Amino acid sequence: MRRVFDFHGGIHPAENKAQSLASPICSAGVPQQLVLPLSQHIGAASRPLVQVGERVLKGQMIAEAGGYVSVPLHAPSSGTVSAIEDRPIPHPSGLSAPCIVIDCDGRDEWIALQGVADFRDCEPTELLELIRAAGIAGMGGAGFPAAVKLAGKPGASIKTLIINGTECEPYITADDILMQERAEQILEGIAILRHILQPQEVLLGVEDNKPAAIAALEAAARGSGVEVVSFPTKYPSGGEKQLIEILTGKQVPSGGLPVDIGIVCQNVGTAVAVGDAILGGRPLISRITTVTGEAVATPGNFEVLLGTPMQHLLDLAGFQPKRCERLIMGGPMMGFTLASPLVPVVKTSNCLLTPASAELPAPPPAQACIRCGLCAQACPASLLPQQLYWFARGKEVDKLEQHNLFDCIECGACSWVCPSHIPLVQYYRASKADILQQRRDHEKAEQARLRFEARQTRITREEEEREAKRAARKQAAEKRAEQAAAEGGEDPVQAAIERAKAKKAAAAGTTETEIR
Amino acid sequence: MALMRVSSPHAHGSINTSTVMRQVLLATLPGIAVLTYFFGFGTLVNVLWACLVGVACETLALALRGYSPAFYLKDYSVLVTSVLLGIALPPYAPWWLIAIGVASAVLMAKHLYGGLGYNPFNPAMVGYVVLLISFPVQMTAWAPPRGLAEVPGLWQALQACFTPAGFDAVTMATPLDVLRQNDSLLLEDLWQETTQFGRWAGIGWEWANLAFLAGGIWLLYRRVFTWHAPVAMLAALALLAALFHDGGSSASGGSPLFHLLSGATMFGAFFIITDPVSSAVSVRGRLVFGALIGALVYLIRVWGNYPDAVAFAVLIANFAAPFIDHYTQPRTYGHQKTGGKS
Amino acid sequence: MTELITQYPLLAALVALVGLGAPFGALLGFAAVRFRTEGNPVVDQINAILPQTQCGQCGYPGCRPYAEAIANGEPINKCPPGGEAGIHALADLLDVEAPPLDAEHGEEKVKTVAYIREDECIGCTKCIQACPVDAILGAAKLMHTVIVSECTGCDLCVEPCPVDCIDMIPQAEGLQTWHWRLPEPGSRNLDIIATDSGVAERAA
Repeated sequence: MRRVFDFHGGIHPAENKAQSLASPICSAGVPQQLVLPLSQHIGAASRPLVQVGERVLKGQMIAEAGGYVSVPLHAPSSGTVSAIEDRPIPHPSGLSAPCIVIDCDGRDEWIALQGVADFRDCEPTELLELIRAAGIAGMGGAGFPAAVKLAGKPGASIKTLIINGTECEPYITADDILMQERAEQILEGIAILRHILQPQEVLLGVEDNKPAAIAALEAAARGSGVEVVSFPTKYPSGGEKQLIEILTGKQVPSGGLPVDIGIVCQNVGTAVAVGDAILGGRPLISRITTVTGEAVATPGNFEVLLGTPMQHLLDLAGFQPKRCERLIMGGPMMGFTLASPLVPVVKTSNCLLTPASAELPAPPPAQACIRCGLCAQACPASLLPQQLYWFARGKEVDKLEQHNLFDCIECGACSWVCPSHIPLVQYYRASKADILQQRRDHEKAEQARLRFEARQTRITREEEEREAKRAARKQAAEKRAEQAAAEGGEDPVQAAIERAKAKKAAAAGTTETEIR
Repeated sequence: MALMRVSSPHAHGSINTSTVMRQVLLATLPGIAVLTYFFGFGTLVNVLWACLVGVACETLALALRGYSPAFYLKDYSVLVTSVLLGIALPPYAPWWLIAIGVASAVLMAKHLYGGLGYNPFNPAMVGYVVLLISFPVQMTAWAPPRGLAEVPGLWQALQACFTPAGFDAVTMATPLDVLRQNDSLLLEDLWQETTQFGRWAGIGWEWANLAFLAGGIWLLYRRVFTWHAPVAMLAALALLAALFHDGGSSASGGSPLFHLLSGATMFGAFFIITDPVSSAVSVRGRLVFGALIGALVYLIRVWGNYPDAVAFAVLIANFAAPFIDHYTQPRTYGHQKTGGKS
Repeated sequence: MTELITQYPLLAALVALVGLGAPFGALLGFAAVRFRTEGNPVVDQINAILPQTQCGQCGYPGCRPYAEAIANGEPINKCPPGGEAGIHALADLLDVEAPPLDAEHGEEKVKTVAYIREDECIGCTKCIQACPVDAILGAAKLMHTVIVSECTGCDLCVEPCPVDCIDMIPQAEGLQTWHWRLPEPGSRNLDIIATDSGVAERAA
């Protein structure tokens, strides 16, 4: 048995996972319309490659990566592009963003797919290019482009590849059921990742509350060199930094990345997507989403096409809108509320939670912080949330940074334990955003100052140049006058006037003679 | 369908402030029972009258400050302050003494600083110290314990509290008083000659301390607070007592066991210094905070002017709490050293 | 020695003071020369806090001149773009009370960016000359345009435009700029009434 480590803090919220595990993964089918936001991942938005009215096939690339940290987007089903416009997207702001809208024709017609015959013959860079072209962004929740993460740092050697099957958030079972039903595919994906990264060891971390998944994975991993490691259930052990500490005892340096300590972390869903992309040539066009909560009649896991409206999933699961006050994308700890059930499923939608009003009651009014310290005991980053709370309220930026606000992973453990029901995470999010905004403003002010000063120097320089020219001209004129005076004892201006007069007189004389 | 938009987390644990406070109140019961058994109904009357005054002051202050009293009274914090102060006061104290103490605690130490959570000093101890400095005679008059004198009944206790004549109580020096004034007898002889000393630390006192210890351990078990501050305080106190025990000579400060089980040691360790608002916040901070209080308690008891010292020690440590916090910031995940800048 | 001191106490005191004063004075003088700082760091620090919009609302031709004026004792509340936050930062730096914003110099407004309605522009270059940060691009008789990323929203180009084709457009909140706000402290009592109806009934 491998030694597993513990991380500081953590909590044990009610798991509520059994509800959605009763039935196997079922397909959500093809909805009438798919809405595909151009930004479903971290990084630059994708750039559309199709026109309104164009017919697209399932799996066809409809938008290309908008930068290095970006991914392309593919049509999840065949149909016609009916609009490229702003639509509400799943985002805590409830705002709209550019989306490609496809009216499905129901034929679900694939483009020609071309898988790699044997990935072991391919160069890692080739495989990375394929992963990138397949539009794979981290399936765990953050949505970081997988190819960028796998490319890592030039020159850095990877010691450990960690596959994250932890799924520590209550309610969510998308990874759990994937591990139970598709362990083979996960292992295929891992084999490709191993070929790319060449790590010394591969660890597949699963919490011990998923015995069926562990059994399936162990059976599939036998003889492959992939070690399935189970460890005690505790939220947030699925956080990348926490999982790394559990499995290796190492901590990712603050402000750094796992690759700095020779570790790369990928989600099990990402591993399956990588396998699909390399072996089958299939881009990322669907994912597994858990639909659960007391406000749906039949909770379960759906294999759903990206862009499917949440409403479609809710209908499949027998949603009772009257019982539900909030729709949450993600889990109850880190998920965010949706403004409307019409927003689409995106690459990071691991769960759609529809709690009944009594199940997750509305937050009661916040009471005063009594500094009980339960939050500090629960914080997986060993922060002092109660202190951060005071500083956030006082907008004490220096103190917030000194107390390492930016190491907060927003897991919500502090708010969960807070006996005074203070929305601590919201304070930290707002403070982080304010500080970042201030930094941006300051950068912009600095740039404006430089431009202003550059302009000032330019204006003074031009002024000086003009002044210098004028002075030079004046000096030259004076010099000439002096020269003339010295030569002929005559004022040159006077001389010029004389010459002009003489000329005029001479001219008048000639005209007169001509007339005569 | 109107959907709620709130920041995560959406789930919440079952603990809330009023449960915590209620548990603290429950945990004081064994101590109150033992005090009542040994010293009569004085403590009980103190506590009940203090609660009445406390709730009245709190309601007034909340209403004046524009808070909803009906909602904020439910946090039970004022009851905790009142009960703790009622326990700390000598039994059979006159009603006005208690009222002044509670009013100072609730109005001055708590609401003038901004209410629950904002007070830099422990309100109960502020109330206690205000009384101790203003009315030293009344505050040092402890009744003799059961076994040394007749223990008054409930009616007498009420009379003592509420009638102008008061209760013509027989008062007796506490063991800590006796020990402080002793400069000629060996401890062994002192124990023989003076009636107050029980088996370890004074009749009544030792059992009261054990009862508060039991309450404290229950609170630890319920995870209302962590062990760090109480254990650090008791360890520091016992260590100093052991160092200066002096083999029980006439100049001895008393044995570690004596200090652990006399006066307000256990009450202070588990009910006063664990007040989270005015103490240090981090684990290491609470260790330092507790040890500081333990050391101060011993210093003041043995070389100071007052027989017991928990109140002063706590207030002094409250002053030091922000300073302790500054130097005991825990090491954040991914950082090399503590409190370092990223 | 001691006799001398007791005999002439006044003189002794004088000698002692001079004896102390002379070396310390020399030391200070030496330090002033040896550790002289170049320029005026206070002005730079003040200037770093000012928002660098160069809008001139303070009555000075740019942020740096105002920074110099503040260093010479000018009130710190004449900068509307810096707003309350800016005044507080200046007050912290200079260790003075933070006064409210002087309304004479304008109010704190949302950030805007200049936008030229390009089909109306006649290409007079007047706005280009007015822009303090060279954020307008164009040439005589040719259409002008604003480099949005460089515009500080100072308003100075609006006035000189002979055909009024410049608008100040508030910066809209997008996905990139949206973020959670601090919970409202003022919502305290409302919250209680909204969610704790039992209390509301009793209170009513």
